[in-house]
Amino acid sequence: MVAETVIAIRGLTNRFGKTVVHENLSLDVHRGEVLGVVGASGSGKSVLLRSIVGLMAPSAGQITMLGTDVLGASAADRAAVSVRTGVMFQDGALFSALTVRENVEAPMRERLSVDAVTRRALADLRIAMVGLPARAGDLFPSALSGGMRKRAGLARALSLDPEILFLDEPTAGLDPISASAFDTLLNSLRTSLGLTVFLVTHDLDTLQATCDRIAVLADRRVLATGTMAEMRDVDDAWVRSYFNGPRAHAALAVAGSS
Amino acid sequence: MVICGPVTLANIADIRTRFEQTEATAPADLSAVTRLDTAGAWLLASSGRPILGATDAQSLLLAAVRDALPPDVKAAPRKVHHRMADPLAGVGIAVGAHFAAVAQGLGFVGIVVARLAGLLVRPWRLRLTSVVHHMQQVGLNAVPIVALMGFLIGIVLAFQGAAQLRQFGAEVFVVDLIAVSILRELGVLLTAIIVAGRSASAFTAAIGSMKMREEIDAIRVLGLDPIELLVLPRLLALVIVLPILGFVADLSGLFGGGLMAWTELGISPSQFRTRLLADVGVAQALVGLSKAPVFAAIIALVGCYHGLQVKGDAESLGMRTSRAVVTAIFLVIVTDALFSVFFAVWGV
Repeated sequence: MVAETVIAIRGLTNRFGKTVVHENLSLDVHRGEVLGVVGASGSGKSVLLRSIVGLMAPSAGQITMLGTDVLGASAADRAAVSVRTGVMFQDGALFSALTVRENVEAPMRERLSVDAVTRRALADLRIAMVGLPARAGDLFPSALSGGMRKRAGLARALSLDPEILFLDEPTAGLDPISASAFDTLLNSLRTSLGLTVFLVTHDLDTLQATCDRIAVLADRRVLATGTMAEMRDVDDAWVRSYFNGPRAHAALAVAGSS
Repeated sequence: MVICGPVTLANIADIRTRFEQTEATAPADLSAVTRLDTAGAWLLASSGRPILGATDAQSLLLAAVRDALPPDVKAAPRKVHHRMADPLAGVGIAVGAHFAAVAQGLGFVGIVVARLAGLLVRPWRLRLTSVVHHMQQVGLNAVPIVALMGFLIGIVLAFQGAAQLRQFGAEVFVVDLIAVSILRELGVLLTAIIVAGRSASAFTAAIGSMKMREEIDAIRVLGLDPIELLVLPRLLALVIVLPILGFVADLSGLFGGGLMAWTELGISPSQFRTRLLADVGVAQALVGLSKAPVFAAIIALVGCYHGLQVKGDAESLGMRTSRAVVTAIFLVIVTDALFSVFFAVWGV
């Protein structure tokens, strides 16, 4: 089966002064898959995510998302693509002047004309779907815990029912129960919505539980892609210690027994 | 009823109208639906109709939405309804909050003074590097703007003074006018206002963003004192450099005034100098500069205090920064007025 490619990255190069983060990096993301991106700290996972969603202009290369060349496109075309994507930032990045409900409503309010009652009901639905208590809708972000901020950030990212969802370290800093609930949530959203997920994470349990494919960033490029099992056969010191370490065994053991 | 095409957020209104036109219990047939998103699923699930012909993925989504369907939450209104007595209550609350803020500010001054006294006993705990760093930031880097400001004020005073004094042939007194007003009042006052705008805001923003990122808590947990580490170096640096900046403003003000007096009124530099030394004297300059350390302390304390009051969100940082500048400038001017009264009473 050849799946449609929704994000195609070709020859991406990112340079900060003399530091080269990516050099001639290429990567494909297929429709409906959950792609986990892993790599050592400083290997440019977040820079890659920021380049794709247009927060950073890469030094060279081409990025095609949903059929649009996002780097060369006009502002209007880029905006049309960004309506079809959702981004969840590492710490939620909620607007501090708005309540959680208003945060979730914000994309609908700005990008689509939806009447206020429907908008509110949908915001409440999203808040419930990401596992936040109903009263959280009235709280301001400063009153939320770190885990709640992440969930609220996810609710906002899902607000427009995106086709592609970008998640930056979604389970970092969550307790194991919330983290595995997050994995379940991600799986159910992905099956029911046909979501494509670009997931930057360090969490081996999340990788095991949710990802169809894993891309390893190292040496300024994508070193390897494949399933969790395939990763164990990759001949590279870093990949070996990452996927064959004690934590990886624990994650696989749990997955095997369940 | 049979629903065709996409059922998504974009066309949710059309679907709802069609729902309203049919019987409330009529089953919805999804076999012709091309795309279903959460918004559409929400509409179907909350309508309470039986669903027919849904694909596996669609039933999964419907089930997920049904599970999450919140009990009817009532959003808390952002603003309560206004009542007649609200303005009155507002006045009371504002006065109470004002006194509380004054008390808190005085408490902060007290803590800083106590830490300063502690520093006298153990002077080696002073962060000298930090003091020098801040002296450069608030002092050296402010020299160009302060000098330019003084120069321009001197020009303005000479120009306006000359126009008035010429009417009764007392042009030469423009030297006294420039010297007394710049040395005694304007040089130091305007320098303090510029520094308040420049440095009080910088102090608040720097300390406030440290507070937001829990750096202040980290300092406390390490057993260190944020006042000693962050406030005292800034306070001492500003107390040291503000008189120097005031002196720079005085000099450039005299230079600007002298230049203008020379070109406009034909008062030569040597004449200017003779009159300056004979009529004005060094006492005027000392009176002016003696206020600078007090202004410096006010600016530094206000800036640091508001920085430490910043809460977790970005909005409070902005609010505190602007409030620090306004409060610092206001207090500097009030203090200057008090100084004037004090000097007048004592005949200085």
